[in-house]
Amino acid sequence: MGGRDATMVLLDENGIRCDGRKIDEPRRIMIRAGGLKNADGSAYIEFGDNKILVGVFGPRDVHPKHMSNTDTGILRVRYHMEPFSVGERKNPAPSRREIEISKVIKEALEPAVMLEKFPRTAVDVYIEILQADGGTRCAALTAASVALADAGIPMRDMVAAIAAGKVADTVILDVNNEEDQAGQADMPIGYMPSEEKITLLQLDGVLTPEEYKKCVQVGVDGCKLVYELQKKALNDKYFGNKGD
Amino acid sequence: MASTSVIDELKRTQILELLEQGKRVDGRALDEVRELSIEINAIPKANGSARIKLGDTEVICGVKIQPDRPFPDTGDKGLFICTAELLPLSHPTVETGPPQPPVIELARVTDRGIRESHMIDVSQLVIEKDKSVIGVFADNVVVDYDGNLFDACSYAATMALLSSKTPKWNWTDEKPVLAEGEDIQLPIMTIPVSVTMAKIGNHIVVDPNGDEWACMDARVTITSDSDGNICALQKGGNNGFTLDEIVKCGETSVKIGAQIREKLKAAQQGGQ
Repeated sequence: MGGRDATMVLLDENGIRCDGRKIDEPRRIMIRAGGLKNADGSAYIEFGDNKILVGVFGPRDVHPKHMSNTDTGILRVRYHMEPFSVGERKNPAPSRREIEISKVIKEALEPAVMLEKFPRTAVDVYIEILQADGGTRCAALTAASVALADAGIPMRDMVAAIAAGKVADTVILDVNNEEDQAGQADMPIGYMPSEEKITLLQLDGVLTPEEYKKCVQVGVDGCKLVYELQKKALNDKYFGNKGD
Repeated sequence: MASTSVIDELKRTQILELLEQGKRVDGRALDEVRELSIEINAIPKANGSARIKLGDTEVICGVKIQPDRPFPDTGDKGLFICTAELLPLSHPTVETGPPQPPVIELARVTDRGIRESHMIDVSQLVIEKDKSVIGVFADNVVVDYDGNLFDACSYAATMALLSSKTPKWNWTDEKPVLAEGEDIQLPIMTIPVSVTMAKIGNHIVVDPNGDEWACMDARVTITSDSDGNICALQKGGNNGFTLDEIVKCGETSVKIGAQIREKLKAAQQGGQ
């Protein structure tokens, strides 16, 4: 993605990271529920320099029909990056990476959505990455949960997500692009706080068993912070002061 | 494979009932891996190869090593690429055509486990910096399906890489030219082992077979290296794990991984 600097210090002697954060400090997170007129539910998230828009449609008829299930509704997720979202122009056709991320986000949301209430229908979640800066899948999953709730789709809980990781042999919260590229490990986590369930979990990078345990814990704690912001976004839209 | 038929629903009931008594459909203990048989150098025209059977799941991996252009931003490193494909003869529901998302995930998770462990030191695979490097391509094909392709492909690729011998190339006249001399071992730094666990109800089983795979609620694949560190992980399936379960799975993967690693090493020695 460019902008990588070999001389960059990921963690200085005072425990400050390359973007000025402390080790357990997430980036600035702004979530807005709603915003799209035609979608049944929508959300916009700014997660550091990530900018992501999510629209939800459904429950609605399934096309093609053979995909429908008589026992339950189905969830379809498309994670898509705009060609202008990264340093070098991205080919607009869906990459293998995008197909995999679509699948893991779908599987992270499925435990949260009460699809069994809508047999033969589909809920479509469209995720558009307008600008990417490391941690898009977590930010996208976080926003998708808010958009599903905004669409009024019955849910057991929202899924909050953030990455834990390791730079300079230290476990950190919320891995940014530089830390992802030059760091030692990246572990995105999606978590349903009320259900106490981890629904998205990936890792690349080497961790000792102790670091692994710590990473999961730090990530789950981070998800709880994100969860509060998700609730606030919905609160602001539905119970907030609409005058301003 | 992903389709849950009525048969799978019935099997789920049976599998769950057995698990309540601490038993599995095929009589294994919950943390017991199926029999693993390994044959290396099964494909002599490849630079390295392995044919492995994990229970009734069978995977063949061939490694091809050839000069290639480096990626523009990593001119000082060779290439390592691992793929996986389901052949139509592996299961009645597999069709020809472009790979479906589960197969793309399989290929990417298999690649990631090996890549992130730094099994191959790609910095030693440079012919001429920024111009020509050695590419190592490990291609897995699934020939018979009975669940847990993640581990089967990972073991096949790891074994194929362990058995690989690479020629040498010199940079002459702005071209890589094959050098005289015997082929040598790839620069192997560690042996990654992937261990997949399925959650069925509130039970977690290691190395799920096809029936268990069809009815599981969620799965997690964890790869550990020779030092007992965890280097890659992928959760899948449409349900979740608790924090405790994930920590426990981490411990299980390191423990089971060490046992499998000994088998892989023994197979490597036996084949030489």
